[in-house]
Amino acid sequence: MNTRGRLHAAAGLRPALPLDGGCTCSRSAGGVGRGSTTGATWRPALMSGIQATAHRGASAPGLDRAPGTTTPLRGLTGRSLGLLGATIGLGIVVLASLRVGSVPLDTGTAIAAFTAFDGSNEHLIVRSLRLPRTLIGLGVGAALAVAGGVMQAVTRNALASPTILGINAGASFAIVTAVFVLGVVTPSMYVWFAFAGALATAVVVYLLGAVGPDGPSPVKLALAGAVVTALLGSWISAILVFNQRTLDEVRFWLAGSLAGRDLGVFWQVSPFLIAGLIASLALGRQLNTISLGEDVAAALGQRAALVRGVCAVVVVGLAGASVAAAGPIGFIGLAVPHVVRTLVGADYRWILAYSAVLGPVMLLASDILGRIVARPSEIQVGIVTAIVGAPFLIHLVRRRKLSAV
Amino acid sequence: MSLLTTPRRTALRVQVPAGRARRLHVSTRVDLRVAALVSVVVVLALVIATWTMTLGEFPVPFADVLTTSLGRGDGTYDFVVRTLRLPRTLAAIGVGVALATSGAIFQALVRNPLVAPDIIGVNAGASLAAVFVIVSGGTSALIPVAALFGALGTTAGVYGLTWRKGISGNRLVLVGIGVNAVLAALTTLLIVRYPIEQVSSAVLWLTGTLYARSWEHVAGIAIGLAVLVPAALALMPQLRALQLGDDIARALGSRAEPARTGLLVAGAALAGSAVAVAGPVGFVALMTPHIARMLAGPLTGGVLMLAGALGALLVLASDLIAQHAFSPISLPVGVVTAAVGAPYFLYLLYRSNRRLV
Repeated sequence: MNTRGRLHAAAGLRPALPLDGGCTCSRSAGGVGRGSTTGATWRPALMSGIQATAHRGASAPGLDRAPGTTTPLRGLTGRSLGLLGATIGLGIVVLASLRVGSVPLDTGTAIAAFTAFDGSNEHLIVRSLRLPRTLIGLGVGAALAVAGGVMQAVTRNALASPTILGINAGASFAIVTAVFVLGVVTPSMYVWFAFAGALATAVVVYLLGAVGPDGPSPVKLALAGAVVTALLGSWISAILVFNQRTLDEVRFWLAGSLAGRDLGVFWQVSPFLIAGLIASLALGRQLNTISLGEDVAAALGQRAALVRGVCAVVVVGLAGASVAAAGPIGFIGLAVPHVVRTLVGADYRWILAYSAVLGPVMLLASDILGRIVARPSEIQVGIVTAIVGAPFLIHLVRRRKLSAV
Repeated sequence: MSLLTTPRRTALRVQVPAGRARRLHVSTRVDLRVAALVSVVVVLALVIATWTMTLGEFPVPFADVLTTSLGRGDGTYDFVVRTLRLPRTLAAIGVGVALATSGAIFQALVRNPLVAPDIIGVNAGASLAAVFVIVSGGTSALIPVAALFGALGTTAGVYGLTWRKGISGNRLVLVGIGVNAVLAALTTLLIVRYPIEQVSSAVLWLTGTLYARSWEHVAGIAIGLAVLVPAALALMPQLRALQLGDDIARALGSRAEPARTGLLVAGAALAGSAVAVAGPVGFVALMTPHIARMLAGPLTGGVLMLAGALGALLVLASDLIAQHAFSPISLPVGVVTAAVGAPYFLYLLYRSNRRLV
């Protein structure tokens, strides 16, 4: 390696964009000295920060935190009680979701719609409008939050969310094409197109990211995802600009909404949601290991490629089903794992469990807010999630000390 | 050895002697390979620009395009070239240079290859302001102004929210993503609430279009570039120091905070002026710096100029395809930039991945 390369390597940079997520310095001819920097390839800033923590042997990485600080919920008892509390909170939110709307109902009516159904307007509203909405919100919220947590563990990048695999873009493109070409109009018909689009895009992104000797590393995946998203975005724009009818149909779906879906949509996606949730909770231990970094994980005997592959399948299943059911809802997968991490630390078994409960809380709460604020019409949940979730994330980012990279 | 292999070390040292005021000492190193690349790209861009101007409803011969643009034509093609096509071409060049430079600055500043002004809220702020003007029926002259103020206001907001005894790259990106999400959601709200007729033109603007760009637009972007690009080039040494990390940068004598602020402002203003002229043209700011780095190595002043030249080339080529590939339909340029840039970027990714064996 020439002098410039050596200087760059010593300073933690490489001459060209390193499209592998791992450190190749030790594999290069002559083993260029890494000096005192850990992980001497130019990675996305957050990844190198987390790597540095791992190499220093500090506690398992989450948002970088000075050693010695602790989270509010510690130990098995604390965390279990917290989870119980979160579940109770979820129950309250679910009840509120059944009650709130353009026709406000009280708890008795809401419960009676299931126990003593008498065909009245209120009971019909609860069972055919609000129940599907609540159930889909439950499923999609949990799925998105858990998928986000898994992505952040695998890519070791706190900015990761299922969107970077191009899932939202693929589903949106499939929907737009379906409306444009086939005139599909109802959400229950959208579901399969969206799922197919999400799946196809994720596969393409994965294959693109897997080109090269190192397989699908996080940076390569993210870059491939960004490229495919940009490409699909341009095609979507082309169709929407030229066909006003399609735009009129699709703009509501593209905002991300829980409204207008019946229980059929829920039953169609629930197998994927349930399977994905169970699989990701089972992957908790593996995620703990993989989030320590490739070298440490390999030293601990983990087969990183296999785990990454399984995680990719799980994420695609969860996120694809969510997008198919409710449209592209963007903030849950990013924000909820962050929030959860500040509560329970960096053990992914707990992070995923909490995300599965707090994700629906956030989603349903946003949905309720959207129903209240613009009565008698409503604001789509995808819009509310962003407007509510983003300031919270910003507050979180400002409160925590992020290590200077 | 082709231009695409690892950089050679030949360099040309240019030094301006100190003179009396030692602070005015300017010296720079010119990497000949990068200079050659920049020249090639610039020539290519000019060829494509001229070719674009010859095409259209009124075909204009190549030589006449050149003479008329330079003001020495015989007047027959004045309207077509000087009023319709030349402003559009110059606007395309300006937008390309501005977006690519802005993307390069942000990616180097934050040391994250996935960062672009689109992601951290600059484009979203500009879009929200412009879409609001469009759907509420404001005059179209107001749109660029609104976009520029939206971009600058958003950057100020992101900066203010990130400031906590200093700016950290991580925090900036996270805050930017948050702000971006809010503004994008508000834009979606506008798109969902207003009647479809007004929303259509808003969506058209949102894809990024160079249709009917006039000399005012060109003047605007030219002023922006004239001020900001030299500023960015002057801050290049600071940027390279910052890339080594704050501590090393300070040890090297660079003042981290003012340098970062200056670079941030330059990057955001460049993106803002590009959006004001053509709307949020996607992909250019994200990918052009990657392509430049893959061709020429880590960011220096020369690589910044290469990125700018590549940005201009990309936008010009996209505009050519957008206007004439599917005639009589004329696509918005934003639709084509990704379609043109993505395959080339994927090819470069593939090549550079294979080279790591």
